[in-house]
Amino acid sequence: MTQGSENDRYGAAAIALHWVTAALIVANLLLGLSMVALPFSPRKLQWYQWHKWVGVTVFLVTCARLAWRAVHPAPPAVAMPRWQLRAAAVSHAALYALLFLVPLSGWLYSSATGVQVVYLGLVPLPDLVAKDRALGDVLKTVHVTLNVALFSLVALHAAAALRHHFIDRDAVLSRMLPLPRSE
Amino acid sequence: MNVRIRPLQPPWPRAALRMLTLLVFVAAAPLAAAQGVQVDKSEIRFVSKQMGVNVDGRFRKWTANVVFLPADLAHSKADFDIELASIDLASEESETELKRKDWFDTPRFPLATFRSSSVKSLGGDRYEIAGKLSIKGTDRDVTIPVQVRKDAAGNSVAEGQFAVKRLAFGIGSGPWSDPSVVADDVLVRVRIVLARAG
Repeated sequence: MTQGSENDRYGAAAIALHWVTAALIVANLLLGLSMVALPFSPRKLQWYQWHKWVGVTVFLVTCARLAWRAVHPAPPAVAMPRWQLRAAAVSHAALYALLFLVPLSGWLYSSATGVQVVYLGLVPLPDLVAKDRALGDVLKTVHVTLNVALFSLVALHAAAALRHHFIDRDAVLSRMLPLPRSE
Repeated sequence: MNVRIRPLQPPWPRAALRMLTLLVFVAAAPLAAAQGVQVDKSEIRFVSKQMGVNVDGRFRKWTANVVFLPADLAHSKADFDIELASIDLASEESETELKRKDWFDTPRFPLATFRSSSVKSLGGDRYEIAGKLSIKGTDRDVTIPVQVRKDAAGNSVAEGQFAVKRLAFGIGSGPWSDPSVVADDVLVRVRIVLARAG
């Protein structure tokens, strides 16, 4: 049985990358929802740019995270019913996939609308597709749909973590928390 | 101006047809290029810079009257009428915005026009078209360097680009007049395909 011994915790880097990702995607969801509601203005264009920068950052952080994880495997799973292990494995894989796909769909969408993405105002990213309004409309729907999927899974992920923490009272959440649980 | 060559109809005697065809060609020769703009293969695009980011756009509807005679540049010309409301930009929202008073004010100024005044050779396949660009009630003289090539089908493809100072035409006023938000220079790229004459 595992009960959150220090050895079973995620590494500091893995923990940092997890929470940085969480903060970035929640902030970018709020930014995205706010910016589309703004009237057409210089501020709106600025917020769109920031939204794209955060999205590219999520993409890069996820690359770093997977690279890190390839070298530093996750700690052994906490004991739980088989269906939960399976559900966790599937949802984690889907979350990783969406952490790539959501920024990628945004980048494609931006390219299709004819607006270049210049990361942090410094690094121009190549346009993935030529300007095409019809394609842009499709990619907008794709971007929104993938976000609905991502945040549905994030909600499930968080609910499962809280359930493990408060109901099952196991180490699933605490081993991913920045500070070790005080025993 | 438009002379159309219709498909030959069988009942016509051949000799008469040949005669007629010859006549049409002789008569239409100086105008041949004028009818030849292939709008579906041609395009008028532009790139503006918004907060350091290139934003592509184009105009969906425009008409051109182009006569290109390499051996007779004095009678060559390139005139354009561009429907500003046909702008294709990043989104429906930005297109709607561009039609408003702060930008093109399309209800009052539906057309941008260019009227060439001279076409001169810069040597080789390079030419320079000088003319008057009119947008939103303002006229400015512009010169457009153009390169003309033949494509595989024998059509002439003229490509040129030039910068338009948008603020000189009052395009983007109020909060949009700040060039750090939208740069003053808008790069206009024109690609015109002229059907092979004759």
